[in-house]
Amino acid sequence: MKKLLIGNEAVARGLYEGGVDLVSSYPGTPSTEITEFLSKYDDSEVKSEWAPNEKVALEVAFGASLAGGRAVCCMKHVGLNVAADPLFTLSYTGVGGGLVICVADDPAMHSSQNEQDSRHYAIAAKLPMLEPADSEESLQFAKAAFDLSEQFDTPVLLRMCTRIAHSQSITEVGERVQREKKPYTKQAEKYVMMPGNAKKRHPVVEARMEALAEYAETCPFNRAEYTGDGKVGIITSGTSYQYVREALGDTVSVLKIGMPHPLPKKLIAEFASKVETLYVIEELDPVIETAVKAMGIPVIGKEKFSIIGEFSQNTIAAAFGKTVTAGVIADSVIPPRPPMMCAGCPHRGMYYTLAKNKVTVLGDIGCYTLGAVAPLCAVDSTLCMGASVSGVHGFNRVLEGASEGKTVAVIGDSTFMHSGVTGLINVAYNGSNSTVIILDNSITGMTGHQQNPTTGFNIKGDPALKVDLEALCRSIGINRVRVVDPYDLKACDTVLKEELAAKEPSVIISRRPCVLLKSVKAKPALTVNNDKCRSCRRCMTMGCPAISFKNGKAVVDATLCVGCGVCKQLCAFDALEGGDV
Amino acid sequence: MNTISLMIVGVGGQGSLLASKLLGRLLTDEGYDVKVSEVHGMSQRGGSVVTYVRYGEKVYSPVIGEGEADFIISFEKIEAARYTACLKEGGTVITNTQQIDPMPVITGAAVYPESVLEELTAKGVKVTAVDALSLAKEAGSAKAVNIVLMGVLSKLLPIPAEKWYAAIESTVAPKFVEMNKKAFALGRGE
Repeated sequence: MKKLLIGNEAVARGLYEGGVDLVSSYPGTPSTEITEFLSKYDDSEVKSEWAPNEKVALEVAFGASLAGGRAVCCMKHVGLNVAADPLFTLSYTGVGGGLVICVADDPAMHSSQNEQDSRHYAIAAKLPMLEPADSEESLQFAKAAFDLSEQFDTPVLLRMCTRIAHSQSITEVGERVQREKKPYTKQAEKYVMMPGNAKKRHPVVEARMEALAEYAETCPFNRAEYTGDGKVGIITSGTSYQYVREALGDTVSVLKIGMPHPLPKKLIAEFASKVETLYVIEELDPVIETAVKAMGIPVIGKEKFSIIGEFSQNTIAAAFGKTVTAGVIADSVIPPRPPMMCAGCPHRGMYYTLAKNKVTVLGDIGCYTLGAVAPLCAVDSTLCMGASVSGVHGFNRVLEGASEGKTVAVIGDSTFMHSGVTGLINVAYNGSNSTVIILDNSITGMTGHQQNPTTGFNIKGDPALKVDLEALCRSIGINRVRVVDPYDLKACDTVLKEELAAKEPSVIISRRPCVLLKSVKAKPALTVNNDKCRSCRRCMTMGCPAISFKNGKAVVDATLCVGCGVCKQLCAFDALEGGDV
Repeated sequence: MNTISLMIVGVGGQGSLLASKLLGRLLTDEGYDVKVSEVHGMSQRGGSVVTYVRYGEKVYSPVIGEGEADFIISFEKIEAARYTACLKEGGTVITNTQQIDPMPVITGAAVYPESVLEELTAKGVKVTAVDALSLAKEAGSAKAVNIVLMGVLSKLLPIPAEKWYAAIESTVAPKFVEMNKKAFALGRGE
C-alpha cells in the first residue's frame, strides 16, 4: 500500500517491518518523530522508551541487542556526541540481535547549535552507515539495516538529515517480518571489553570493515545511473541527489551513494572512468570527496559546492551555469520574525527577574534558550546539554567572590535529567557557591512535548515513576532548594536575591507547566484600560508577543493572550485588567 | 506536466502543518507524485515558518528556491512579502490580511510595512488578499485561517471542490470537520 509519509515515519515503519523489539531514544530535532511513531505500536511488538539521554538510550539498546532482540536508538547529530562512548566500543563487541542507530543531521541548523557531519562517526568508530534520499528509501534502508547488522555482526548507523526526516514522499508500506529472538549465550571474550579481549576484537573490526567494503560494491543502495552523454558524472547522496536530478535532469550521469561508509571504491573508479568530468556534490563536509581524492581520482567538490548550510536545486543549477531568476521583492524592509517564548510561557517571569537583577546567566539547550533574544537578552552562554550547571561552577571557581552572588545556571527539567544532575553533583562535591535554576515546565518542550523522568508519565502517556527534583537535589548535598512560581514576579525576585546572597550552593526550581500542554487551560485575555495606561511601556520590557503598542497605548492581542497576568504585575497604574495574580 | 510548487508561509503556531497535510492527501488521491517539506522545532516558536508542497508526474526536490513557486499562500500579511523572491514570474500570492507584529516591531526596533501588499501589486505581482481571520471566526474558530486560505486556493487549482471536501474529512479530527468545511466554503466565496 502506498502512503504519503514523512521520512521519520517511514524510518519507524521500516524498523517495525524489520522486526524491531525495542526502541530507546532521547528526543532531538529532526529525529524525534521516529521514536514517537514507534511508540504507537503495541508493547507486545515494540517496547518504546524515552531515556534520560542518548548515552543511556544506546546502552539500553545494546542490552536489548545482547539479549537477542532487534533494537534501535534515535537521536540528533549532537546526541551522537553524548552516545559516542558506547558507540566506539560497540564496534568491537558487535551485536546479538540487530542494532541500528538513527542519527539525524541538521544542515543549515534549523534547530541546532552546530552543523556537524555524522559521517565522521561512521569512519572513526568503523561502522557501516546508510543514508536514504527520500521516504521510500528511509523505509527500505531502515528495514534492511537489521539484516546488515546481524550479517556483519555490527551496529549500523542510519543517517538522516532535516530535509529527509521532515519531508513527505510517497512510500510503499509492507508487512512486519516474523522472527525468533536469538537465544542469549554468554560470550565473555566478545562482550567483556577489557584489554585482553579488546586486543582480539580489534582485528575482527578491521576484517569486518574489509568485508563491508566488498559488500558495498554490490550493495543495492549504491546505484550508478548512466543517463548523460558521458561528459559530466556526479557522485552524490541523500537529499543532494534529489537536487541534482531536479536541476540537471537526465543530462548527467549520477552515482548515488546510499552507503556512505564504507564507500564502494571499485564502483567509484568504474564510474569515474566513464565520465569526462567528475563532481562530488554532498552537503557539509567533503567526506566522499576526500575518499575519492585519496584514490587518486581528480574530482571537483567543495571549491564549487559550499561546506556550509543546505543546498537546493538552485545551488546546483547555478553552479552548472544555469540562470536562476528571483521573483519580485518589495522595497520595504521586511522585519525579521525570530522564534520567541510563547505568550504565557512560564520561563518569561524568571528571565524577566534575571534580566532586571542584571544576573550573568549560563544557559542551556531547550525552549528557554530563547531567553537570549530581545528584549530580555538574559542569556550569556549556550553550549550543549548540561553545560549551564558545569559551566557556572567553573565560572565561579575562577572569579570566586566577583561572580558568586551575580551568576546563575539556567536549565530545563528534561535537560537537567539529561546531563545537568552530574554537573550539580560536581557543584556540591567541589564546593562552589553556585546557584542553579531548574526551569521545570513539566515536559520536554522544544522538541514538541515528550515525557521525561520528571513528568510522571512514560512515552505512551501512562503514569510512571516521577523523579522528585527537590529530594534529588538535597540528596546530592544541596541544602538550599527553593520552589517558586514564575508567574509570581515578586516571589521570583525575593527567592533569587536570597539564594544569590546565600553563602552555599543552592537550587531554585521555577515550576509551572508549559502553557501549550493540553492540561493547561487558558484564562480569559487581559484588557487594557486606556484611561489608566500612561504609555510608560514597562509592560513591553518582558517581551510578550501578545502585547504591542498602538496609538501610544498598550494593546493586548486576545487571540494570543492566555491570561497569565505577569504583565499586570509590571504595570504601576493598574491599566491591565483581568487575569489572575 | 511540469511540477507545481506551492509555498505555505506564516507564523509558527498558525496551522501550516494541517494545511500541508490536507494538500498532501488531496494531491496523492489525485494520483500525483507529491513531496512536502516542513520544518519543526526551534522555528515553530512564533518564528517565521515555511512549508513546501510540490506535485507533478515525478518530483525530485522537496524544497523550493528562488523564482520557482507557482503559489505563495501566506497566513500573515508580511510573511508573503518575505518570500516573494521565490515566486515564479506570473505566480500568485494568496494572503491573509491579518497583521501579527514580530518581536522587533513590538520592541520598536523595526517598523511593520503596512502597505507591502500594495507595493507588490504595483510591481506586477498577482496578489489575492483575504481577511481570512474574520472568515475563520465566522466559520466558528479563529484557528481555521489555514482552511479558509485553502478554500481561496481551491478556486485556482483544477481540482473539483468535492475532492477537497473529501480530503478535509479524511485529515481533520471528526468534531472539527463541519467547522472546517464551512471555513473552506467561505474561502471559496460560497
